[in-house]
Amino acid sequence: MGLTITERILANASHKSEVTSGDVVIADVDIVMAHDSTAPLAIEGLYRIGKKVFDPKKIVIIFDHFFPPPSVNAARLHQKVRNFVTEQKISNFLTNGVCHQILVEEFVSPGNVVVGADSHTCTEGAVGAFSTGLGSTDIAGAMATGKCWFKIPDSLRFNLSGLPGKGVYAKDVILNIVGDVGADGALYKAVEFTGDYVENTSVSSRLTLCNMAVEMGAKNGVIEADEKTRKFLGREGKIFKSDKDAVYEDEYEIEVGRIEPQVACPPTVDNVKPVTSVEGKKVDQAYIGTCTNGRLEDIEIAAKILKGKRIASNVRLLVIPASTKIYFDAFNKGYLQETIKSGGIICNPGCGPCVGRHEGVLAEGETCISTQNRNFSGRMGHPKAEIYLASSATVAASALAGEIVDPRGYI
Amino acid sequence: MKTWKFGNDVNTDLITPGRYTITTDKTKLGKIAFIEYRPEFSKEVKSGDIIVAGTNFGCGSSREHAPVAIKAAGVSAVLAKSFARIFFRNAINIGLPLFVCEEIDRIDDGDLIEIDFETGRIYDKTKDLILRAKPLPKFIQKIVEKGGLVNFLRSESYV
Repeated sequence: MGLTITERILANASHKSEVTSGDVVIADVDIVMAHDSTAPLAIEGLYRIGKKVFDPKKIVIIFDHFFPPPSVNAARLHQKVRNFVTEQKISNFLTNGVCHQILVEEFVSPGNVVVGADSHTCTEGAVGAFSTGLGSTDIAGAMATGKCWFKIPDSLRFNLSGLPGKGVYAKDVILNIVGDVGADGALYKAVEFTGDYVENTSVSSRLTLCNMAVEMGAKNGVIEADEKTRKFLGREGKIFKSDKDAVYEDEYEIEVGRIEPQVACPPTVDNVKPVTSVEGKKVDQAYIGTCTNGRLEDIEIAAKILKGKRIASNVRLLVIPASTKIYFDAFNKGYLQETIKSGGIICNPGCGPCVGRHEGVLAEGETCISTQNRNFSGRMGHPKAEIYLASSATVAASALAGEIVDPRGYI
Repeated sequence: MKTWKFGNDVNTDLITPGRYTITTDKTKLGKIAFIEYRPEFSKEVKSGDIIVAGTNFGCGSSREHAPVAIKAAGVSAVLAKSFARIFFRNAINIGLPLFVCEEIDRIDDGDLIEIDFETGRIYDKTKDLILRAKPLPKFIQKIVEKGGLVNFLRSESYV
């Protein structure tokens, strides 16, 4: 019986020739990541375990959730983490962007097992790795031992084929899938994306697909590494592929040409509708960025829509590149300048207002359209603010119109 | 113990909104559980109370602040049809007992229930009803028996 890529990577990391779904394995981990929001509890856990980090080179600490600190309490937590980083001689301490983007830019190779104290660590599976989110105590355990226990998940395969229509991007594709499958439709499972759409699309778009696997409850999202991945990473790694006779719990065939621009309506990510059904909804904030859609292609799509135009006077538009590298690239190509000229605000690379802690917090009754991955009540500020999720094209076009619009009229 | 009933897909932003979790202080976290979603919870919850929920409880962020806040508020166990996977691991790791039970629709908000932590037998005193929780996988049971992952790793290695 064949194995899936997820089973192959976990079998390799746990020194087994075969694994079956349901087995519990102890796997070696290649990268252990925590950020400013989750590292403090992980550090406390590690101290209680009473060990040092197993290998400082395999630990990555990133400040992205509230950096620079917006309050005394935030600064105190940063201080605590900085002291830990110095004490444990962790050289991979970074403040140059969203953790998942930094991990793929600088650390992850195909075949790696990556654990991160952030639910969207499923993003990194887009480069052929097994990558999953954990809580702080699990991360403390991985920091101490270099190992982590996993139950081998059943896999779901999403075979995506065809060409997307005008104004339809990876974000629309994954929103469509989350809407169909539901918030717990892939609970505990591996979600594997295959098909010619995936092969032909950019690594950045693949990252967008895997990023939202957790929004259907999945353990990991994964895409086999190919030549594009190798070029993107500049690292080789170890390529694993699903066997032809690999067993999937379920397989979905999706023709992307049938998908229209989508929005996830508040207050749940699986409340997905075609953008045309919510056109005219007034927006107060438009946000392009995050681990979902803060990459160069997203900022480019937005800049091309914004170029030579002015955003509506009732809207604040925030564009936050997911990393310093993307920031420089977007600047060198003139995208940030076009965005600023249109009335947008550029903030430092990081999570921005996605978690509601700084840089664009919402008031009661306000509406935000965002490229992020979650729209839960209270996430970006007041619990009576509303968040709609969409592609960067839909967000940019809506910023111009001052209300949610179909981006196809703006491209 | 009194139950607090919740629906499906209760996410970590509803349990512990991100704006309140820039701290690791467990006492503070105990006071903010469901602060905006169900404000009466933090005021009225009593030590030993039990949360009863639908499917996918704890979905969303990996923030461990969510189960820490629930435990610090005095909750003795969470009973749900299913749990989001990171929340599940987090709760087991910090020693917050979880029980998976598909029949929780039969329990109402405010019912008095007792859970036998050894056998997973749930007795709804208000309705004189017995329900059964699914046993946890053996490996996870070992972590639970140690009181969480920290004690598990202090007392034995993975191998």
